[in-house]
Amino acid sequence: MEQRRELTVAGLGSEAGGWPSVRAQRQFVARVVRRQPLGVAGGIIVLLLVLMAIFAEQLAPYDPKQAAFEIYHPPNRAFIMGTDHLGRDIFSRVVWGARLSLYVGLVSVSVGITAGALWGIVTGYLGGVADSLSQRVVDTLMGFPPLILALSLMAVLQQSVHNVIITLAILLMPTAARTLRSTTLSLKEMGFVESARALGSSHARIIFGHILPNCLATYIVLFTVNVSYAIVVEAALSFLGLGAPPDEPSWGGMLNAAAHAIQRAPWIALFPGLAISLTVFGLNLLGDAIRDLTDVKLRGRESQSE
Amino acid sequence: MRRYIVQRLLLFIPAILGVTLVAFVLMRLVPGDIATILVYEAGTERAGAAQQAVQKMRRELGLDRPIAVQYAHWLLGAVRGDFGYSYWERRPVSEILGERFPRTLQLALMTVLLALCWAVPLGITSAVRQDTALDYLARLVSISGLSIPAFFVGVLLLFFLVRFFQWMPPLEFTPLLDDPAANLKQLIWPALAEAYYISAPITRLTRSLMLEVIREDFVRTARAKGLPERLVVYHHALRNMLIPLVTFVGWSGGRLLGGVVVMELIFAVPGMGTGLIDAVNHRDYPTVQAIVVLMGLLFLTLNLVIDLLYGWLDPRIRYQA
Repeated sequence: MEQRRELTVAGLGSEAGGWPSVRAQRQFVARVVRRQPLGVAGGIIVLLLVLMAIFAEQLAPYDPKQAAFEIYHPPNRAFIMGTDHLGRDIFSRVVWGARLSLYVGLVSVSVGITAGALWGIVTGYLGGVADSLSQRVVDTLMGFPPLILALSLMAVLQQSVHNVIITLAILLMPTAARTLRSTTLSLKEMGFVESARALGSSHARIIFGHILPNCLATYIVLFTVNVSYAIVVEAALSFLGLGAPPDEPSWGGMLNAAAHAIQRAPWIALFPGLAISLTVFGLNLLGDAIRDLTDVKLRGRESQSE
Repeated sequence: MRRYIVQRLLLFIPAILGVTLVAFVLMRLVPGDIATILVYEAGTERAGAAQQAVQKMRRELGLDRPIAVQYAHWLLGAVRGDFGYSYWERRPVSEILGERFPRTLQLALMTVLLALCWAVPLGITSAVRQDTALDYLARLVSISGLSIPAFFVGVLLLFFLVRFFQWMPPLEFTPLLDDPAANLKQLIWPALAEAYYISAPITRLTRSLMLEVIREDFVRTARAKGLPERLVVYHHALRNMLIPLVTFVGWSGGRLLGGVVVMELIFAVPGMGTGLIDAVNHRDYPTVQAIVVLMGLLFLTLNLVIDLLYGWLDPRIRYQA
């Protein structure tokens, strides 16, 4: 029911049923571009990043882990971004780094936010002892400064890309749980839940049929906002030497090596740093736009320009 | 009001206990038996004797007792200020903490001060002069502050200092009381870099809160009364934004504590952050545990204080039955 209403508000012409026409689609795109130009810019940046990640093998001129070249070579025709302290081509590492960052970001957010959301929804719905207990656990996990918790987790799990993903997922779960619990709590009070119970729907049916679909907007916003966060935390962990193994082309890891050689070879720091900044910038713009768009759909009022 | 305070305190205690428990359990989960490592480092590697030495070491460290007992023992000690003994640095952990904590605290305070002095006026001005060049500039600065990771800013700053001012982080750290000038010269840079990162979301929040408050009726009334704009904005409007702003600044503390770790590393400040990283790298688990718990305690205490402050600031809560 709710999804149909959203499509109607967006004016895609599905009131009459059926898929929106090409003209309706073009109008929709034009409206999005007009309303959220920054978001579209962010989306383009993210798209370029995704393409870079997907086509890393084709784009990178050299093997990112191959340390066969002259060390500390400044940028020139053969090595567009120069070489690092081990003689690896920085451009190749930056390109492959896109794949690593995106992979880590997307997988950890998918796992973490989804698990946290389900946790929050189920305990919020059930209430009582389960809810109180779960809230204590969430409070405890949120009592740690995030990077500190991540450091401790990486100290336990040894350095590897998959362990970074696990750590990030654990980091993201409490926030998702708390946010979706409050959404669930307010949804629980609504009339349609009460009537569903009165009609004899089981708890599972209510959760999956009524509560979950209405949490979708919150979930999507949480998802997009936290992808950039996950990427930054992965970079920070690698920067501190506790994230991806130094061999892997992680942008944060590259900054780590760069900090030591900063006077001699500033380009080692410049390019990965710019890559992270640009990525986060694009994701933030996109996330803001998505948040504004879903706000308008659900609440039907113009959101403030940000 | 009293009920509010009691409620907050009741939430605080299980959270801090949970933090100590999680830190404790995490450190016990690390692969590798500390007793074996220590014995082999000492060099008693002969077959039979090694086993006995390991057993003896385990008894000494108290590792042979059940986990719950170990935890209780640690907790009782921690409450009294005894966090165990660091085998890497060969001195009590509390000594290490005592040295490093004030430095981190100073850095964190400087960062927060700089960030607030910069972010709040900028956000307010940006809101009051919405859609002017200043507003766009401010929004650009804050978005860039959000996007550029703190450690990149730090590395860039370090680069500029080294290349253009021939300044490197000194090898020796001068405490504030010994030589304020030298101390500030070393700490101002990490504080600046971190403040730039922290201030970005605060600026954005201040701006959107201010935009909402400015549209309220009481602001229109105040202006109609002929009050000077400065009074309207900085006295009447600001007060009504303080609550969410203060809460948010409290939660920023978490990002701040994490960021401090990174900044200390870049600018070679021997504080809790570098202490934590060193300890992790040297497998010095008592120190890791103590620092993690201390940082968690700091963060939770900060938020408790903010929550209590919130109760005082918001008259609706203050006058609840």
